[in-house]
Amino acid sequence: MNKARRNLPTLFAAHGILLAYTLLSVFPVILIVINSLKSRRAIFGDPLGLPVGEGVFDLVGYQTVLQNADFLGYFANSLIVTLGALFFVLVAGSMAAFALAEYRFRMNTLMALYLALGIMIPIRLGTIGILELVVNLGLINTLWALILVYTAQGLPLTIFILSEFMRTVSKELKDAARVDGLSEYRIFFQLALPLVRPAVATVAVFTMIPIWNDLWFPLILAPGEETKTITLGAQQFIGQFETNWNAILAALTLAIVPVLVLYAIFSRQLVRGITSGAVKG
Amino acid sequence: MSTPHRRPFRFHIIVFLAPATIVYTLFMIWPLADTLRLSFFDADSAGVRSFVGTENYETLFGDERWSSQFWNAFVNNFIFFAIHMAVQNPIGIMLAALLSMPALRLRNTYRTMLFMPTLLSVVIVGFIWQLILSPIWGVSSSILDAIGLGSWFAPWLGLESSALVTLSLISVWQYVGIPMLLIYAALLAIPDELIDAAHVDGTSGWNIFWKIKLPLILPTIGVISILTFVGNFNAFDLIYAVKGALAGPNFSTDILGTFLYRTFFGQQLQLGDRYMGATVATMMFLIILTGVCLYLFVIQRRMQRYEL
Repeated sequence: MNKARRNLPTLFAAHGILLAYTLLSVFPVILIVINSLKSRRAIFGDPLGLPVGEGVFDLVGYQTVLQNADFLGYFANSLIVTLGALFFVLVAGSMAAFALAEYRFRMNTLMALYLALGIMIPIRLGTIGILELVVNLGLINTLWALILVYTAQGLPLTIFILSEFMRTVSKELKDAARVDGLSEYRIFFQLALPLVRPAVATVAVFTMIPIWNDLWFPLILAPGEETKTITLGAQQFIGQFETNWNAILAALTLAIVPVLVLYAIFSRQLVRGITSGAVKG
Repeated sequence: MSTPHRRPFRFHIIVFLAPATIVYTLFMIWPLADTLRLSFFDADSAGVRSFVGTENYETLFGDERWSSQFWNAFVNNFIFFAIHMAVQNPIGIMLAALLSMPALRLRNTYRTMLFMPTLLSVVIVGFIWQLILSPIWGVSSSILDAIGLGSWFAPWLGLESSALVTLSLISVWQYVGIPMLLIYAALLAIPDELIDAAHVDGTSGWNIFWKIKLPLILPTIGVISILTFVGNFNAFDLIYAVKGALAGPNFSTDILGTFLYRTFFGQQLQLGDRYMGATVATMMFLIILTGVCLYLFVIQRRMQRYEL
């Protein structure tokens, strides 16, 4: 069919709208990054210009940020918390998903429902209880508090999605492994888990983003200088340097760039995970 | 040991389920239950905790100072949600419909770029827009000048009348990628034969979308609506980052999340009160629960009729 040729004006309009909206999506971010590389005078004199030329290109904002805030430390904290929670969510979540999908036992449905409660009910509503618990456990102002809370936050959706995928792992394969005398643990780790790897990658991305970006729990559970995450660090730094535009723009850029780099890497993984199908040896 | 005739106690099931269940129960379900419980308690000046029944709720709804703040936050939160439903979801549907046009090129590039703001921290997004809309920098006024609308510019974030709408639109800008992606996936799942048959019958593209595709993606729109509802009635970061815990000007951007934070941690004029905080959190829990139940038992059931 030559639908495409018939619809040329429509297609043209579609590109127009998409292009306009794409511009609206990326322009604010580009504007911040560009201006973070300029001198104060250029930021105000020509906000839309490129950061090139004498008196325009200036890294003074970055110098201020690096002198006044331990962004490297905040970055490391965010990395530890995000990767730590991600690890526990994926390991504990895929194990639970496997048990729910693989075995028939009493309470199976009840257990699945219980673990799915957290998909709809935000963990933030339990903050007051969480703070008491964390204080009682002596974990206040530690990265462990954040890791454990984010693990609990990420588990419900992970279990729900992965158990759907675990059901697609071929039964013959598992039964053959059982006849060969493989333990249930080896069947999970060496057979089922590798087969649902694309789904695990997708879940990893969805789990990671809200953890990296969260402000609420770092603010409440770990506001200390030693345990500040980059989101909280940037928020407080900007609060202090309200009138220093160079520093603010540089701090924003430092907080944005790692996320964009991760996105560039993982968006390919995401697409591959979706297109290659769930089960592929 | 292999292939036992009678089922022995399968210890491995417990091993597989235990880590997730323990962390989830300890750090999510237990604190949530504890928070609901604490809303029925109060402490005296010595810090001794005692059961007070529904006294905290009577304060929240009976005491003018509390109830006016609560209802203000509730109404603002509802406006916040309504703007998302009215702007974010239609734009998401439109973008998804455009992206799913069969002959469209560069769709992956568009999709990647359109989803990008969703990945950024709400805090960062808040500051970005604060700078862009700032009259000090003048970027937005000069852009409006360039297209002849210079006189429209106002410090929207600073005005009591427009701050909440502006913040809602910033949030819409950030999250439009989520409905877009979910609806895009739903549109791709519609069988080609259905669309081809309509084409053969001479149905226009416009009619195909409204009469065939839209009814088929209604369940996805339902899911998106409830996700938006839960997310909005639990929001905090954007308002806090841009406006601080006092949600100015004059509480015009106060939503339940910032109200909870202020109640719990206190603010200039008032001390933090964990029991009143627990009461506010319980109210938020009930509001979200009502929305979720409404969706599960009323909206979703009605929608499934269309799925045939």
